[in-house]
Amino acid sequence: MTSSPAVAQRPHGHRSTPESRAWWLGQAMFFPAMIYVLAVIGLPFALAVIYAFSDIKVGSVGYHFVGFENFSSILRSATFLRALYDSFVFTIGSQVLVLVGSTILALALEKKFRGRGVVRFLMLLPWVAPVSIGAIGWKWILDSLYSVINWVLIRIPFLHLDRFNPPQWLGEPALAMASVILVHTWRLLPFSTVILLAGLGAIPKDIPEAAEIDGAGFWRKMFQITIPMLRPILNVALLFGIVFTFTDMTVVYILTRGGPYDTTQVVPSLAFFTGVLGGDLSEGAAISLFMVPILVVVAFLMLRQAHRSEVT
Amino acid sequence: MAVVETRGLTKVFKQGELGAVNNVNLLTQEGEFLVFLGPSGSGKTTLLRMIAGLETPTAGEILIGGQDVTHLSPRERRIAMVFQSYALYPHLSVYNNIAFPLKAQNVPKEQHKQKVEWAAGLLGIGKLLHRKPRELSGGERQRVALARAIVREPTVFLLDEPLSNLDAKLRASAREELEEFHDRIKTTTIYVTHDQVEAMALGDRVVVLHQGVVRQIGTPREVYDEPADTFVATFLGSPPMNLLEADGVIVGFRPERFLPAETKLAAQGGSRFPLRFHVQHSEYLGAERILYGILEGTRFRDKPVCARVSSNVLEIYAPKTTYDFAVPEPELKFFDAQTGKRIPPRPFSWQ
Amino acid sequence: MIARGRIREWFIGAGRFAVLLFFSVALAFPFYWMVLTTFKQGGDLYNLNNNPFIFNMKPTLEHLHVLFRETMYLRWVGNTALVGVIVVFITLLLSLPAAYSLARLTGRWGERLGIAMFLTYLVPPTLLFIPLSRIVANLGLQDTIWALVFVYPSFTIPFSTWLLMGFFKSIPRELEDAAMVDGLTRFGAFVRLVVPISLSGILTVVIFTFTLVTQEFVYALTFIAPESRQMVGVGVPTFLIRGDVYFWGELMAACLITSLPIALLYNMFLDRFIAGFTVGAIK
Repeated sequence: MTSSPAVAQRPHGHRSTPESRAWWLGQAMFFPAMIYVLAVIGLPFALAVIYAFSDIKVGSVGYHFVGFENFSSILRSATFLRALYDSFVFTIGSQVLVLVGSTILALALEKKFRGRGVVRFLMLLPWVAPVSIGAIGWKWILDSLYSVINWVLIRIPFLHLDRFNPPQWLGEPALAMASVILVHTWRLLPFSTVILLAGLGAIPKDIPEAAEIDGAGFWRKMFQITIPMLRPILNVALLFGIVFTFTDMTVVYILTRGGPYDTTQVVPSLAFFTGVLGGDLSEGAAISLFMVPILVVVAFLMLRQAHRSEVT
Repeated sequence: MAVVETRGLTKVFKQGELGAVNNVNLLTQEGEFLVFLGPSGSGKTTLLRMIAGLETPTAGEILIGGQDVTHLSPRERRIAMVFQSYALYPHLSVYNNIAFPLKAQNVPKEQHKQKVEWAAGLLGIGKLLHRKPRELSGGERQRVALARAIVREPTVFLLDEPLSNLDAKLRASAREELEEFHDRIKTTTIYVTHDQVEAMALGDRVVVLHQGVVRQIGTPREVYDEPADTFVATFLGSPPMNLLEADGVIVGFRPERFLPAETKLAAQGGSRFPLRFHVQHSEYLGAERILYGILEGTRFRDKPVCARVSSNVLEIYAPKTTYDFAVPEPELKFFDAQTGKRIPPRPFSWQ
Repeated sequence: MIARGRIREWFIGAGRFAVLLFFSVALAFPFYWMVLTTFKQGGDLYNLNNNPFIFNMKPTLEHLHVLFRETMYLRWVGNTALVGVIVVFITLLLSLPAAYSLARLTGRWGERLGIAMFLTYLVPPTLLFIPLSRIVANLGLQDTIWALVFVYPSFTIPFSTWLLMGFFKSIPRELEDAAMVDGLTRFGAFVRLVVPISLSGILTVVIFTFTLVTQEFVYALTFIAPESRQMVGVGVPTFLIRGDVYFWGELMAACLITSLPIALLYNMFLDRFIAGFTVGAIK
């Protein structure tokens, strides 16, 4: 017992024990990475907060504290409120589609079959290709004049579409929002599917078999056993999806630039147009800070999820 | 309740390969506790999974209660199964785990509570109903799995190595509970294990499997005392039966029948064969000792054999010493050296 | 009874096939469209009466010619590769020791630090680009690829550290203990034993860091204006357009050539990537 305190105590005594050396080495190996990340994430974040309470513009000098002025002017701005609303529509719409779609796709992909590798490669493409590139591909497919979708729709007899005035996918507010949501769903679906596949793989084979012997049919097995057991991993996929969607501006930027008439403008793209292109750093920073509450909630839920699965 | 019958049941996983299960013909008796015993890879689990409907046979038929179920899905067979891992549904409480088969079989909702409580009561887990599986000990999980299996009063019970996840101490008491449980419900039960002690203790009859083939079916006494071939003779019993080969015949005797020449048992009934036993080393196991050594003299000089001596025998048996041992004649089992099959006793020369 | 089971199985199989077909088509269609567009003549592309699914005129390599000869596409690819290589280097240099420290040396506290590190991966570029654009300007890095080299490790390090931590944890501790008993220091054991053993893990991190760099859009769009300094992800959708005229043939050719290699690489290392994302959520 006499030697145990030296081991148990925080090792900063005079004697250099293997534990204290390991502890110091641990600090030395971890801190470079942490300092870098803090410098490039923590510092700008602090600056964003400072900017949001000032009237700083590109090229302006000095710092004037203006309190909550930026926030109150944003909250009075119809453009911002519309962007906030659009952000929620965009996020909720695409996440519902992603969740339903990826669950179905993952369940269909679970069983091994010939050509599974090919299907998996094809379905992964949207996630793997750079976002901007996938989005520009869609811009061509949804083109105002040469849209292949319209070419097909016009030729479906019972739709009675006017061939000289086909749907403007990116030019009419409701359609534009639907297009943006669908393209983002297209991009996130593979990611979510792949995560769910990992979750399905982790369910012991015995359990669905036991359910079958207990008399459960296809649907009961799916809705009362498989999907509930996927819950934790579904949560993870959803939380990532929310972050990736709520903070994304690429799809909107490439497809619509927020148009028509700001009806697809989302919070991050508005921050970009205001702060980066418009040069109004303070207001841009204030707008982007509105994403923080969502991020905090997601981070909290993720930690809880991680903690829960640890207990299991 | 029902009997289970298999006719020519065969499972081949890969074309051209030897079957995992080959031409198995079995018929259980009503309410019987039948044990499938074999080493890993013997096909015992595959056989069970075919009876459950989790694996489709390559050939042959399965009948439960006289009805051909070969092509029915598991849910249509009215069977229950306890898995090696217990396969409890981790997201459901114990109550809902037990009630799951009732829901799946569309038993009217009013009856659920009463039936679940009956099953839980039978297994003494009435107090655990609100818990989740992860909050249970290994023994409790086994009981929940059993309760889930009996709750819908199945015609046949299938158990796949249900004790292998328990530690040694718990295993003995769980085995006893299983026995008691079977005595109470008297449902035809098929039990898979690789543990011969479990098989002997639990089974009304034991089916010994090896490489997908049934080697012997019989009561524990039959498979131990009258093994049908050399595989059964050596697979059962620890240490295994001593086998000596000569003149196209293999003669075998159990280590516990290989006794010091002066013991009464060795002298009983008829003739006995004296053998000089050179002990090389011994293991002291408390209630008994295992002596390993070689024979001296006779034509079996230097053949390794072992003996199991009960603690009633006081002699020390020092290593590197030769002693007089003997085998009673009725304890000699004869096998064909070519096929390994059991053959009737025949005159046999030790010299 | 026999028939019922069979019919159900058939329906499930057919349903699975339909689902897979639908999703494969829906997800891969834009890439198929890129292929078609790349090899079609302009006159074929921009004629409303032509069936867009077939080649109405002879296939052509003209768009590829234009893309490689008359645009800065190759320049952008070069810029991207350069940034990618440097960022991979910085990322490995910092995240290898950090991951080892989290996996072995900092105990209970390390676990929390690890989670904190992972959470920083959730911080989006769109939250930081405004102050960062100022910092980058003050450092004199604006309109150079060094701005990206400086900023990208902020998201590649957390992710790589998290992935590598998983790899290191899967190496049995006894190996290092044995090495230390045999006379290495702990750091020596890390450099000479743990790193070589984890080569496949490191390769995974290299691939993902590289793909993360190629996929990034927001920072590149914010920090870099001149056409010749662009990354491929920004250059293609913004500079293959003159005024509001889109050169669809060249655009789609560029999209195709950019996506396919990344997709193939990524696909090879997919399983490791998933493992990184799902640590803790499945057990």
